[in-house]
Amino acid sequence: MAAAPAPPRLGAVAWLRANLFSNWSNTVLTLLGLFLLVRALPPLFDWGVAHAVWGAADPDVCKAASGACWAMIHEKYRLILFGRYPYAEQWRPLLGLVLLVVMIGLSCNRNAWGLRLAEAWGAALAAWLLLMWGGVAGLTFVPNNLWGGLPLTLILTVIGLAIAFPLSIFLALGRRSRMPVIRILCRVYIELIRGVPLISLLFMASFMLPLFLPTGVSIDEVLRAQVAIILFSAAYLAEAVRGGLQAIPKGQHEAAHALGLSYWQAQRKIILPQAIAVAIPAIVNIFIGLFKDTSLVAIVSLTDLLLAMRQAIADPQWRRFFVEGYVFIALIYFVVCFFMSKYSQYLETQFRSGQQR
Amino acid sequence: MAASAASAGTMVHMQGLHKWYGQLHVLNDINMDVARGERVVICGPSGSGKSTLIRCINRLEEHQQGRLTVDGVELTNDLKNIDAVRREVGMVFQHFNLFPHLTVLENCTLSPIWVRGRPRRDAEELAMQYLERVRIPEQAGKYPGQLSGGQQQRVAIARSLCMQPNIMLFDEPTSALDPETISEVLDVMIDLAESGMTMLCVTHEMGFARQVANRVVFMDAGEIIEASPPEMFFNHPQSERTRLFLSQILSH
Ligand SMILES: Nc1ncnc2c1ncn2[C@@H]1O[C@H](COP(=O)(O)OP(=O)(O)OP(=O)(O)O)[C@@H](O)[C@H]1O
Ligand SMILES: [Mg+2]
Repeated sequence: MAAAPAPPRLGAVAWLRANLFSNWSNTVLTLLGLFLLVRALPPLFDWGVAHAVWGAADPDVCKAASGACWAMIHEKYRLILFGRYPYAEQWRPLLGLVLLVVMIGLSCNRNAWGLRLAEAWGAALAAWLLLMWGGVAGLTFVPNNLWGGLPLTLILTVIGLAIAFPLSIFLALGRRSRMPVIRILCRVYIELIRGVPLISLLFMASFMLPLFLPTGVSIDEVLRAQVAIILFSAAYLAEAVRGGLQAIPKGQHEAAHALGLSYWQAQRKIILPQAIAVAIPAIVNIFIGLFKDTSLVAIVSLTDLLLAMRQAIADPQWRRFFVEGYVFIALIYFVVCFFMSKYSQYLETQFRSGQQR
Repeated sequence: MAASAASAGTMVHMQGLHKWYGQLHVLNDINMDVARGERVVICGPSGSGKSTLIRCINRLEEHQQGRLTVDGVELTNDLKNIDAVRREVGMVFQHFNLFPHLTVLENCTLSPIWVRGRPRRDAEELAMQYLERVRIPEQAGKYPGQLSGGQQQRVAIARSLCMQPNIMLFDEPTSALDPETISEVLDVMIDLAESGMTMLCVTHEMGFARQVANRVVFMDAGEIIEASPPEMFFNHPQSERTRLFLSQILSH
């Protein structure tokens, strides 16, 4: 195939012409966009930066100012980030947070995926729990109904995904199984879970589960919410994975079997790597949704990031600056979700490299 | 009949084989023995059941009646037997069916490593040997998507050979290829035939059939109509249907 000659490098003016003013309607849209930007940006800048109160300041100073009151964040950020975790001990959730972020960072490298990484995660999670709970090694015991804020939101997501994802693969395979019992069970599970909102699952896990347990036995509240999150997201992930599985041509299964690979070998080595690569956008979509949905655990009185912020601004002195609080955690949510989205794009190109069909 | 089935020289033994897809009788009383080292070419009009027949041999399709024995192992629902047969039978598909997410070398070593339990080093050496034999050792590091159709099909052949099978099945291996690359695949197949491999090939390459086949089998509507050595098959076809088929295919 003869490659088209490389286009000459365009100057800025030519670029503007080609992309923004290529025809009459594009020109109108460009001008309209510019107009809206000009109208919206300066007031936003005035509010958020120019007239805002930065650093430590009295609420009265904020009241007098016409801009945002970032002093509120300065005053309350530890409450927002770590919830009701004992103030003096908050270095522990901070360290735990750093640990999680480092582990997530390490896991982003595709070459690191493997048994070693799984073991490292096991160790990291154990260390995290130890750090948060304490009660050993001179750390005071902190019951987990005091855990909250960003560490809680992150751990619910991380453990949720780490367990739900493998589970969803089995569900997706089960749904396509040739054995009717397995197929029907998986199908019923997926349909049932998808048919109810996460909120009701959380409620059920929180209030109904104990009714079925013998008296005296109780399951930890955080664990209950965690289980509900896992069960919920596994059903959705299973459908995303199944979508990927369906995209794999029959010939791949046949070739694998003709080469003597067993069912599980064929799935593991041939089918799943391709299916999951196809399903990455859908899977990450669910990951992002799940991360935000963890804020629903607030209804079973767990203090996630969102609830921690709302509790922080319950302080009468600062109550009027709730917008700043929402902006602050919106930024945190956005950064994490944007990272996931970018990472999924990176993964897609990685998986695609070399294997144009 | 029974005596010949038991004899050590029989690689494939089919006796009264039947298969249906719903109402459609795709295999109708197939009786055929293939001896060790024999090369059988199967031809016939589209939909006559050629693919179904050879896919029964490694159980990609299931027969519903009759007996099918491969290298002394009878194919039943017994998974152990099926696995044993698949380890000894290689298959080459019309559309190659290479694994696009693995390199050429990985395509070739996968099964020896995971099914045969060979050490990786060993498997790679073997794979390079076979890639040389199909004359593309220099493509070992590439992905299938980067190769031409003819190259991909040769990789597929090498991939099957890496399992060191006793029998090779080919299902129209050249039908999806450009005319100018057909010969590079046929050359590899001729080479393989000369090495004494037992081969069953579904193909319409009559030149290939004349050159390497011990026997040409003509199928129509799920039945074996005629089976004879090539010179007999092409020069003195016994049945009217065979003559009609040959006149159609040779006039192209
Ligand atoms: N999975 C299936 N379900 C139903 N019918 C099928 C299935 N596979 C094949 N058939 C039918 O069985 C018949 C034989 O198919 P087969 O693929 O064996 O023919 P073939 O001789 O290989 O034809 P071709 O030369 O087109 O490859 C055809 O009529 C086909 O439509
Ligand atoms: Mg066919």
